[in-house]
Amino acid sequence: MSSAVKTPLLQVRNLRVEFPTRRGVLTAVDDLSFDIHEGEVLGVVGESGAGKSMTGTAVIGLLEPPGRIAGGEVLLRGRRIDNLPYEELRRIRGKEIGMIFQDPLTSLNPLYTVGRQLVETIRTHSDLSEGRAKARAVELLAEVGIPAPERRVNQYPHQFSGGMRQRVVIALALCANPRLVIADEPTTALDVSIQAQIISLLKRLCSEHGAAVMLITHDMGVIAETADRVAVMYAGRLAEIGPVKDVVKHARHPYTHGLMGSIPIVGQDLDRLTQIDGSMPRLSEIPPGCPFHPRCPRVFEPCDQERPDPIPVENSEVACWLYDDKRSGGGGHG
Amino acid sequence: MVEVRPLPSADSPLVEAVDLAKHFDVSPPWLTRVLERQPRTLLKAVDGVSFAVPRGRTFSLVGESGCGKSTVARLAVGLYTPTAGRLVFDGTDLAGLNSRAAMAPVRRRLQMIFQDPFASLNPRWRVRDIVAEPIRAHGLLSETRAIDRRVGELLELVRLTAADGQKYPHEFSGGQRQRISIARALASNPEFLVCDEPTSALDVSVQAQILNLMKDLQRELGLTYLFISHDLAVVYHISDYVGVMYLGRLVEWGEARSLFRKPQHPYTRMLLDAIPDLEMTGRRRIPVRGEVPSPMNPPSGCHFYPRCPFANERCRAEVPLSITLPHGGEVRCHAVEEGRLTEAAVRQALGRGASAP
Ligand SMILES: Nc1ncnc2c1ncn2[C@@H]1O[C@H](COP(=O)(O)OP(=O)(O)OP(=O)(O)O)[C@@H](O)[C@H]1O
Ligand SMILES: Nc1ncnc2c1ncn2[C@@H]1O[C@H](COP(=O)(O)OP(=O)(O)OP(=O)(O)O)[C@@H](O)[C@H]1O
Ligand code: SF4
Ligand code: SF4
Ligand SMILES: [Mg+2]
Ligand SMILES: [Mg+2]
Repeated sequence: MSSAVKTPLLQVRNLRVEFPTRRGVLTAVDDLSFDIHEGEVLGVVGESGAGKSMTGTAVIGLLEPPGRIAGGEVLLRGRRIDNLPYEELRRIRGKEIGMIFQDPLTSLNPLYTVGRQLVETIRTHSDLSEGRAKARAVELLAEVGIPAPERRVNQYPHQFSGGMRQRVVIALALCANPRLVIADEPTTALDVSIQAQIISLLKRLCSEHGAAVMLITHDMGVIAETADRVAVMYAGRLAEIGPVKDVVKHARHPYTHGLMGSIPIVGQDLDRLTQIDGSMPRLSEIPPGCPFHPRCPRVFEPCDQERPDPIPVENSEVACWLYDDKRSGGGGHG
Repeated sequence: MVEVRPLPSADSPLVEAVDLAKHFDVSPPWLTRVLERQPRTLLKAVDGVSFAVPRGRTFSLVGESGCGKSTVARLAVGLYTPTAGRLVFDGTDLAGLNSRAAMAPVRRRLQMIFQDPFASLNPRWRVRDIVAEPIRAHGLLSETRAIDRRVGELLELVRLTAADGQKYPHEFSGGQRQRISIARALASNPEFLVCDEPTSALDVSVQAQILNLMKDLQRELGLTYLFISHDLAVVYHISDYVGVMYLGRLVEWGEARSLFRKPQHPYTRMLLDAIPDLEMTGRRRIPVRGEVPSPMNPPSGCHFYPRCPFANERCRAEVPLSITLPHGGEVRCHAVEEGRLTEAAVRQALGRGASAP
């Protein structure tokens, strides 16, 4: 694991993303902090609307207006990137940070051959000649497991199946050898048997290229198999972050605990699944104090009044009053 | 294959699919076809599927996108007429009910729940009218007060409140909307519910609520479910019996626990291996190869042969027929029939897979 002295590859500090609407300002990401270290896979999980994609797009400066970063900072290798001019940020995207979205078609231009798109991206970020870049494109396609890459390189995106397109997008994201790849639900649109192929490909290639990954997904199984650490988001906030084994097997935050229990597992014979009653609040209705308190089975005095900040517990951080010894008398640790 | 073998359960089946088929004509328009000398194109969305669902039990269909699950669902509630074969409900062939009047009494007893709870609820109707609609349509109750009382009961049955009937669908979350669809489906006192991906659009914590509710309702009301999903863990949790579909065919079915514990068909094994491992055991898996081919032009013989590590010439040439397994299920695979899918053969496939790309 990375040592504490080394500057993390990515530092997100107190990030706040807001949406001005007719009925007031909505906060989609609220005071979120986390690091990603060189070569590490950080999983980001949470239910629909938790703010996962907002976090990813804020990091790469692709928030769609009226959404905007309203506070905090994003640092890449110690350098602030959230306040850079558009052109400079665009250079960092692609060169230092690659992106993979849920729908491969958002990353591919239907009018150009796959080869042309790869060559263009390669040449934007390096000084390879046209011919060398083309050869590199074929190499990359072979690397992501596209059969007959010499022929396929001249084809258009619509001539590829969904799984093959996502492979092309991975090639595109990796072609400038970025330090960080942000993958937002990269397999959600694909068939079950293809999902496993794509995830293991992504993991293998990023580790071969030495790229760190921010893997956004709602699939805990994918996280369990792929991530080194996991951040769990709830209502725009961090609930818990820590090593994957700790979060998946010994969830500390009551929300994570409920979430893990609600996932059916093959081979686990349960009559009923653990049930968290209610649902995640809309952005306009986030309760004061701990946002989870109306659904929390362990709610106690401070929870509906005071907002818990992440509290370090072993190698994790948990935003829950149970882990504040002064509040709970150490009840959370038991 | 035409004969339906009895299930290991003693109960008589409530629903039986017998060699059920649904083919869609997906030919280009007539003129184009004539000019370009193209033949008719038939898409065999469901191609000779047989299974039986015992009363009070859950039979699930799993398989990847386009394998024909939703088409079976629509056949099972009589929304489609089969191209061949039969769908028998409590002894009655649905295709034989060729008038609305003949269909009505049976229709009341079968209901369907869909994946997208929002699209299936009329946004301009109050919830109480949505839930009351089947009661009125089937003329089950006529007095307004009685209908109101029944709607209140149904909403409470799905753990909403009678007061929720005053609201409109958009005032509810996704999970609550799915509860409303379930209340509506239950309004006509059905015995058989076809649930097509009822939780696929929901978050896991909400999915757990709906799955728990479905199990409770099954117990309370003695319902029989045909459950459709591509999520194997959900299917494991909810099912008594499971059928695995691939390109329109049922390649294997059996009692849920034994199918998951001892999958026979290479495709079933591959699907089970593709499940992400939440237990983090680091187990080895059969490498997944290739993608699902186009259903318009499926491979000859066994549709799975281009992706199958155990395929041989016979697989390419000959459609495998159903064979009964010792524990009661059925499987369609030459290798299983020939007894060449031994532990050693599977292990060897695993070993080869580790070095293959
Ligand atoms: N243009 C917008 N105006 C107002 N709110 C928005 C807008 N776009 C997104 N949101 C809200 O921001 C919140 C966070 O959205 P985000 O897309 O990050 O969620 P997510 O965790 O990625 O969810 P999913 O799993 O569904 O992708 C959501 O509640 C969403 O409704
Ligand atoms: N009305 C129709 N006309 C033509 N083709 C159809 C029709 N309905 C379904 N199909 C085709 O039949 C095949 C099976 O479709 P079906 O919807 O049953 O699959 P499915 O297993 O439910 O898939 P999914 O998991 O994506 O819902 C698909 O190839 C589909 O394109
Ligand atoms: S802070 Fe309180 S309400 Fe929030 S998760 Fe912890 S115990 Fe539950
Ligand atoms: S019939 Fe042949 S190709 Fe098909 S699954 Fe069995 S072994 Fe594989
Ligand atoms: Mg998202
Ligand atoms: Mg379907």
